[in-house]
Amino acid sequence: MASHGICDRVAIVGMGCTTFGEHWDRGVDDLLLDAVQAASSSASLPVADVDAFWLGTYLSGVSGLTLSRPLRLTGKPVSRTENMCATGSEALRQACYAVASGAYDTAMAVGVEKLKDSGFSGLTRQSIPGDGTGGTLGTTTGPANFSLLAPAYAERYGVSMEQLKEVFTRIAWKNHVNGARNPRAQFRKEVLLDTIACSPLVAGNLGIFDCSGVSDGAAAAIVVRAEDAYRYTDKPLFVKALSFVSGSASGNADPGYDFTTFPEVVASAEEAYKQAGVTDPAGQLAMAEVHDCFTVTEMVLMEDLGFVERGTAWKHALAGTFDRDGALPVNPDGGLKAFGHPVGASGLRMLFECWLQLRGEAPEERRIATADRTLALTHNLGGGPGECVSFVSLVGTEPNT
Amino acid sequence: MRGLLRHAAYLPHARLQREEISSVLGLASLRGSRSVASYDEDATTLAVEAGRLTLRGSDIQPTRVYFATSVPPYLDKTNASVVHAALGLDRSALAVDMGGAPRSAVGAVLAGADASVETLVLLSDLRTGLPGSSDEREGGDAAAALLFGAGTAQTPVLATIVASASTTDEFLERWRLPGDRASRIWEERFSEHVFSRLADEAFAAALKAADLTPAQVDHLVVAGLAGRSVQQFRKSSGVRPEAIAPDHSSVIGNSGAAQVGLLLSDVLDRANPEETIVLVHLGDGATAIVLRTTADVEGGRSPRPLAAQLAGTDVPYASFLSWRGMLDREPPRRPEPDAPAAPPTLRSSGYKYGFHGLVCGACGAVTVPPARVCYACGEVDSMAPNPLRDVPGTVATLTVDRLAYTPSPPMIAVVVDFDGGGRFRCELADASPDDVAIGSRVEMTFRCTGSSHGVHNYFWKARPLRTRLED
Repeated sequence: MASHGICDRVAIVGMGCTTFGEHWDRGVDDLLLDAVQAASSSASLPVADVDAFWLGTYLSGVSGLTLSRPLRLTGKPVSRTENMCATGSEALRQACYAVASGAYDTAMAVGVEKLKDSGFSGLTRQSIPGDGTGGTLGTTTGPANFSLLAPAYAERYGVSMEQLKEVFTRIAWKNHVNGARNPRAQFRKEVLLDTIACSPLVAGNLGIFDCSGVSDGAAAAIVVRAEDAYRYTDKPLFVKALSFVSGSASGNADPGYDFTTFPEVVASAEEAYKQAGVTDPAGQLAMAEVHDCFTVTEMVLMEDLGFVERGTAWKHALAGTFDRDGALPVNPDGGLKAFGHPVGASGLRMLFECWLQLRGEAPEERRIATADRTLALTHNLGGGPGECVSFVSLVGTEPNT
Repeated sequence: MRGLLRHAAYLPHARLQREEISSVLGLASLRGSRSVASYDEDATTLAVEAGRLTLRGSDIQPTRVYFATSVPPYLDKTNASVVHAALGLDRSALAVDMGGAPRSAVGAVLAGADASVETLVLLSDLRTGLPGSSDEREGGDAAAALLFGAGTAQTPVLATIVASASTTDEFLERWRLPGDRASRIWEERFSEHVFSRLADEAFAAALKAADLTPAQVDHLVVAGLAGRSVQQFRKSSGVRPEAIAPDHSSVIGNSGAAQVGLLLSDVLDRANPEETIVLVHLGDGATAIVLRTTADVEGGRSPRPLAAQLAGTDVPYASFLSWRGMLDREPPRRPEPDAPAAPPTLRSSGYKYGFHGLVCGACGAVTVPPARVCYACGEVDSMAPNPLRDVPGTVATLTVDRLAYTPSPPMIAVVVDFDGGGRFRCELADASPDDVAIGSRVEMTFRCTGSSHGVHNYFWKARPLRTRLED
């Protein structure tokens, strides 16, 4: 038994992404139609010619009908998928495997979420009848779950909470700088370091500016067989790796887990590098789009994804290693920080930035400094420390030799 | 020989300084404080805490539970069954409520003393009144538990019931309609007039039955919500002044249905062998109970005496008002938590109420919440129950959640590593953010985490380990 991956067997030939934000005047149907049409025209492939669809949405609809109804798709297979905050990536994964298997010539992955219609702050959870104990995740909110990382990291690496706050502030500042140059971002303004550092606390030492926003959005990608890719575009993105780990959730039961890492991320990253034959991610990747749901998450991910040594991510963040003009640009589109996190759409939104950057289509003022490299990574995470699902993809403009 | 085997009092950690009330409401200056059940405590959770202390280190499993309170969290549904589950008692035990007036507490004590089986008597109350009332400032929240039975070598009889006598009269002194938030009280001078003869008669009859004179009483406990009448009886009882037990009302207030057990436990934590204790309770009549301590009374002190619980942390008056439902605050912009559903709650009863983890028979790892597959070695279905409710632990990491849905923001969440294995993530009760850090020591406490759709959601939280428990 082994995992083999589907390196270079499928390619992405078209993508679409709506603006992310408070779309009071657009419903789920509107966002889906807009993303799907944009993807369709970017590949010059009519929607009716797409053979199968995977729709990722966390709470904005059930069944394939959520997509086939507004698009008036006739006679098409549509699956609705859900995998917490990695839902959009899961839709991509299914579409890629469907094409790689030979079952379909073309498939589309679509992700959508409409968070702003609930009227609540932050994400909501599905209502499943339970015993009221909250399970292993307890009754705390998302920001609180992730904020558990900070004191544990500070304790383990001898960093003060004040220093960490400076690191988190720098990460939020960087992502807002990037988002300010992105017309699709929810927040398109740079934010002063002081404003970030002094924002009201939400959980632990995370302030409002350490948290991703709440927004609506949709994104879509068209997947075809690698050998067909150039029929649709001059610059396809070959799928090098897709890895997914759903954790055993033992971190909240096992005193051996120390809340300074996501073991699921480490495992999914190693698996992805293996599939793609990547040996030095920091030196080979042009960029990474990672799940910066909270600033502390981005810091820890830099270590879990193998970009830097354990205990050093905080120094690298301060030194600008992950800035757009740094050695390894991370979240050059502004990340969840500037885009908000419409759950089902985020994974595909990350891929959309890789699509733009690797094909040289990102606007001049947002170009990464590492454009000579051909590989990009997306990382999407659901759950929290001790209990999460983690997705990593690698895409590139050149087939492996 | 049958008698009292174990006893304990439980005081919630919060105190309200009465001066807070007078300064907010613009009243004349007030002295002292009262005990306050936290927002996540109710009569049932208080009773569980007292019950846990009482059964700690005892080899006796009561087969009957009487639970008396004037503020039952449920009607039509037995509250004692929640306590029964939280204490992990055997299914064959009977658990029943004795609700309504604080006098039910005396009935529960006598029923426990008279029972032919091991009986746990739980007395619990939350007392308040409308803002500015004497009930509000002079009330207190507390619980007490008394275990009666034949005794064993490990759990011997600490005191025997020598005699008791009661009087009953129907008169309008204190009353409350179901659903009302406050009691009504007739003029105290009237009740003083009626109580004085009721108390005198009951006290005299009990002493006569025990063949004692007031001067032979070593400890006199007088309990009851009618303050003037209680004071009057203390003065006129004829016992030696030094025999009158303190009621701690200047610190904790008057805990209604719990008071008689609370003060008895306090006396038993100080009493010498072969002493006479008389409990007198005033309320819709009077009852006097004569007890005699045995040689074992010193060995049966409660694991956390009332005296060790008197110190607390002050809460603002506004918190007190909102915790007691007298001040409606804007809820957070978050969905109201779902109510627990009945079937999953029944399936997880041992965990949700008894806080049972599991220990793996193959590798010894402790798992909580319970799961059939061991996280450490992967063995399936080799788990044995492993109660963790009385196991202290250490904080591995923590956070302060300012977004969570809680009646008392912010919510503090901790990851607890239990001594001897097992990790659990939960809320931290009775604490402010400054009270906790990585490495802090905590213990578990039974709470009502919230009530929605008419269902009280009982579960366990951690709280700072402030005073050591004597084993």
